[in-house]
Amino acid sequence: MKEVILIKNGELALKGLNRRTFEDVMIKNMRRRLADLGEFTFTPAQSTIKVEGEDGVDLEEAVERISKVFGIAGFSRALKLEKNFDLVLENAGKYLEQQLLEANTFKVTAKRSDKKFPYDSPQICLLLGERLLDEFDHLTVDVHNPDLTVTVEVRDHDIFVHANQIKGAGGMPVSTAGRAALMVSGGIDSPVAGWMMAKRGVELTAIHFASPPYTSERAEQKVHDLLAKVAKYAGRIELTVVPFTEIQEQIRDKCPEDLFTIIMRRVMVICAERLARYGGCGALITGESLGQVASQTLGAIGCTDAVATIPVFRPLIGMDKDEIIAISRKIDTFDISILPFEDCCTVFTPKHPRTRPKLPDVEAAEAALNLDELVERAVTNVRRIKIG
Amino acid sequence: MEAYLDNSATTCLCPTAKEKTVEAINKYYGNPSSLHSIGTAASRQLEAARAAVAATLSCESEEIVFTNSGTLANNAAIFGAAHALRRRGNRIVTTAIEHPSVLECMKALEKEGFEVIYLKPDRYGRINRRDLMQAVNAKTVLVSMMYVNNEVGSILPVEAARAAVRAAKAPALIHCDAVQAYGKLAVKPSRFGVDLLTASGHKINGPKGVGFLYVRKGVRLAPYILGGGQEGKIYSGTQPMPTIMGLWGAVEELPDPNTQLEKTRLLRDYFVSQAANIEGLVVNSCDEALPYIINISLPGHPSQTVLNFLSERGIYVSGGSACSKGHRSHVLTAMGLEPELTDSALRISLCRFTTKDEIDMLLCGLDAATVTLRKKK
Repeated sequence: MKEVILIKNGELALKGLNRRTFEDVMIKNMRRRLADLGEFTFTPAQSTIKVEGEDGVDLEEAVERISKVFGIAGFSRALKLEKNFDLVLENAGKYLEQQLLEANTFKVTAKRSDKKFPYDSPQICLLLGERLLDEFDHLTVDVHNPDLTVTVEVRDHDIFVHANQIKGAGGMPVSTAGRAALMVSGGIDSPVAGWMMAKRGVELTAIHFASPPYTSERAEQKVHDLLAKVAKYAGRIELTVVPFTEIQEQIRDKCPEDLFTIIMRRVMVICAERLARYGGCGALITGESLGQVASQTLGAIGCTDAVATIPVFRPLIGMDKDEIIAISRKIDTFDISILPFEDCCTVFTPKHPRTRPKLPDVEAAEAALNLDELVERAVTNVRRIKIG
Repeated sequence: MEAYLDNSATTCLCPTAKEKTVEAINKYYGNPSSLHSIGTAASRQLEAARAAVAATLSCESEEIVFTNSGTLANNAAIFGAAHALRRRGNRIVTTAIEHPSVLECMKALEKEGFEVIYLKPDRYGRINRRDLMQAVNAKTVLVSMMYVNNEVGSILPVEAARAAVRAAKAPALIHCDAVQAYGKLAVKPSRFGVDLLTASGHKINGPKGVGFLYVRKGVRLAPYILGGGQEGKIYSGTQPMPTIMGLWGAVEELPDPNTQLEKTRLLRDYFVSQAANIEGLVVNSCDEALPYIINISLPGHPSQTVLNFLSERGIYVSGGSACSKGHRSHVLTAMGLEPELTDSALRISLCRFTTKDEIDMLLCGLDAATVTLRKKK
């Protein structure tokens, strides 16, 4: 008798011949996420993966972590029993006591993949249902719309008893979709953008631009803290910090004020792409949302995109701020994001940035900079930090 | 070499404070309320610490209530006084430039129905005595005024509060937040005529986690923390012996405030005279402010930027405003400073260990900042 976790794959079940590959990656991700809690074994069977820890592992923490692994549609904590139906009758009520006390109505369902088991599904439901009604006076049976569904799964080697399934993080296992570089400032949007792409199976690396002394150590610490939150879902993230002071000062000194932001963003993309390619990333990810600020108008995004030669993913492009905030609260990054430290995007921001910049104007203004040399210096002097 | 010039935020632990803290950890683990000999030993130390603190204020031991911080002492004093006297009136007089641990209490009391008058400072953070006299009426239950402002160092007319209360025949208690003044000016509550006075350990080279409230004999406060009735039932909770003994150590080491004040004034005057050569630098503190605190601005350079720039060079000051994104300093705003001064304000705060070399380092750093850093357009 032991408690285990039963994982239901989400979309993965729809994959054809690649399904095993996807499943293997998901198991690898779970294994890594649970590693410091102790030994776990992962046994896939049909569309379920059984996760079993060695004796004495912290199952609460394991459940908490598994709820953040992408690719999992839902999971249940289940009681694993030997194949003896008396054990089921004896232990089901005890194991699910809290949930049964909180419910008013319930039903029992049974899944019997081992057809040689002496009780068939209707018998299992009937006998366990009776037993639970005896043990809990307040309960009534409702087969159509119960508060709690008690499930008994009779498998080849064991019987599992569990109640309502817990919703998983959904999406696709991280790294099945390749690798991309998240440009992260420290605001609300970029961690959400990273989370969304990780949900679609992207393995994240991150790029942050720091402009000391215009930005502080605290601003960079904030980025570390944000990525640590995202890493709970996305797995370990390597952060590359690009020294950006010189570039910002040069733009400030040599380019027209109203084009400051747009030129800065173009240079950021140039640097990010260099680093992304070096790190084997197939795309950049940004937290841009159309029209949110002057640099995120259609025209401005057009000018920024003109320097990119790999895809730039903008998962938030059609979202409202309150929708983005709702996700940032869910993934617990909001309270960190709103800490008031100046970041690289707000240094030297002009009062009236151009909202409809023309590419030729921008390119002409940019010509005042010795871009190759500046970018070269920035990308060779980066620092790399592993987070999560 | 480093220059730590943020002593109004906190100070390093002085040797005697360190010694006493460690002594408490090693020897006096007993609960001072316990009746056995281990408890009695702790209790003896506690009372000796209390006597040492009382001596600095020329008051009686029983008038000192230990708390865990200056903030908690301010909370205990303000709520304790307002709640004890709420039947005798509902006006409270304070200033617009108090520390948040006073202002936030005032906001809470406004919600309870008290009418709070916030006296406005002049351009240098000084409060006018006449405004104070006018604000106090017969329904006033509390006057709370800091002795020295924590951002600009201005000295407030605390001793005028007694006259104002007397003239208005008000039932008011007078509270003084002396956190920035204690140990730097002669703080004598009986001479000021205040009933309640707050100070904190870590501003005078003592440990963090300890403060105290002077409560004049005969003054009754509503208890602030309910529990076992320690600290005159005002502030229940087992007394933290290590930090209280650390405070005792810090107090023992305090030099004569007046001699030290003159030394510090020389350093301040030196800084101000040299700073006149730095392009654009404005001094926001006035000449008669406490010389330990100098508030300056470098218009065009956000506080946080200069702070980071100096920090990289081992020079530590604080931003006059809490941060750069819209949260402007309430003190500088109340003083009516232009936004470009408020946004670029820095607070330099000295202590008795500050040297001329540190001031020179700062002057160099500030000069380099104005030359190197790009201004906001």
